[in-house]
Amino acid sequence: MAHTVPVGQKWWSGGKSPFNVEYGKLMMWYFLMSDAFTFGAFLISYGSIRFSSSSWPNPNEVFRTFPFIGEMSVPLAFVSLMTFILIMSSVTMVMAVGAGQAQDRKAVMKWMFLTILGGLAFLGCQAWEWTHLHAEGAWWGRNPFMNIDGTQSTTNFTNYFFTITGFHGFHVFSGVIINTIMLIKTWRGDFERKGHYLMIEKAGLYWHFVDLVWVFVFTCFYLL
Amino acid sequence: MTEHMDSANMTTTGLPQEKSEFNTKAIWRTFWILLAITLFELLIAIIYYETHFFPKHLLNGVFIIMTLAKAFFIIAEFMHLGHEIRNLVMTIAIPALLFVWFLIAFTWDGSSYHNLRMRYDRYQFEQSKTKVQKTEHKEEGKKPGVE
Repeated sequence: MAHTVPVGQKWWSGGKSPFNVEYGKLMMWYFLMSDAFTFGAFLISYGSIRFSSSSWPNPNEVFRTFPFIGEMSVPLAFVSLMTFILIMSSVTMVMAVGAGQAQDRKAVMKWMFLTILGGLAFLGCQAWEWTHLHAEGAWWGRNPFMNIDGTQSTTNFTNYFFTITGFHGFHVFSGVIINTIMLIKTWRGDFERKGHYLMIEKAGLYWHFVDLVWVFVFTCFYLL
Repeated sequence: MTEHMDSANMTTTGLPQEKSEFNTKAIWRTFWILLAITLFELLIAIIYYETHFFPKHLLNGVFIIMTLAKAFFIIAEFMHLGHEIRNLVMTIAIPALLFVWFLIAFTWDGSSYHNLRMRYDRYQFEQSKTKVQKTEHKEEGKKPGVE
């Protein structure tokens, strides 16, 4: 874990990196910090509206479909698949970072490619889910679902759902773009010439953050 | 740009390098933990849906604890923060404590708003007691919730 500071060593007197991370990586951490507060504001707004409502639609009723099996009810199965895809692509991303540290260009390319594939698979799933909900009559300003206690639901449910999963999906989309750029740069040998794959690590931080946010979105919309 | 990258390399000199500590086994262990937690969450969500066996409040507490556990593993292992210098960890962890206030203040506010509405807003109160018929979603022009 943390290094112990030798007695008498001045960490902030210049000439060394007190956090032992590269500048860009540190700034990526602080960017993610601010992004976490953006998502946090969205999710807490959703939470406070839910607390102010008497009742809320049942996620097991709303999210119970799966592609290609017709009207069969499988609560939460599809969203679990999406979660699995995203966790899996996080793993391949870590592998890319590891391969970068080992200066293995071929392996970095392989793992980055798999990560991009995972991201695209997730986006495809989300596109299907949105299309399906839209076909059921759900959209911003339209809510066809009843509350769990049988009373009339408001449009808060769909508004928050589409806004927050949309904002997250947009993050996944930008992550896929960033990862594709990283793959192209790896393929061109840019990082090999530079001597390090720190850019892969920064892209990796962003990608894991997207996974992290999904963990919270998953809990807030599908479980609670 | 290249100059900047060179300086990035330079600044890390003088400190122990951690380049060779990448641990594939730890990553897979984290993956299995995350998967197991997610499957467990799913399992109890479905059991609850089918049987309503335990109180939902209790279940929500379990879900939130598991979510935080997953978040911890993603941040510590995948994002590697658990292996960074303590000061760096603290510059991330201390601002994140704001979420504690943020969450308590706003959910508290939400539930206070709910109480006020139930007490003083007749319309909201009646709406919360009136059952509606389940409508077929395919029917055109009958979109409940459209105002």
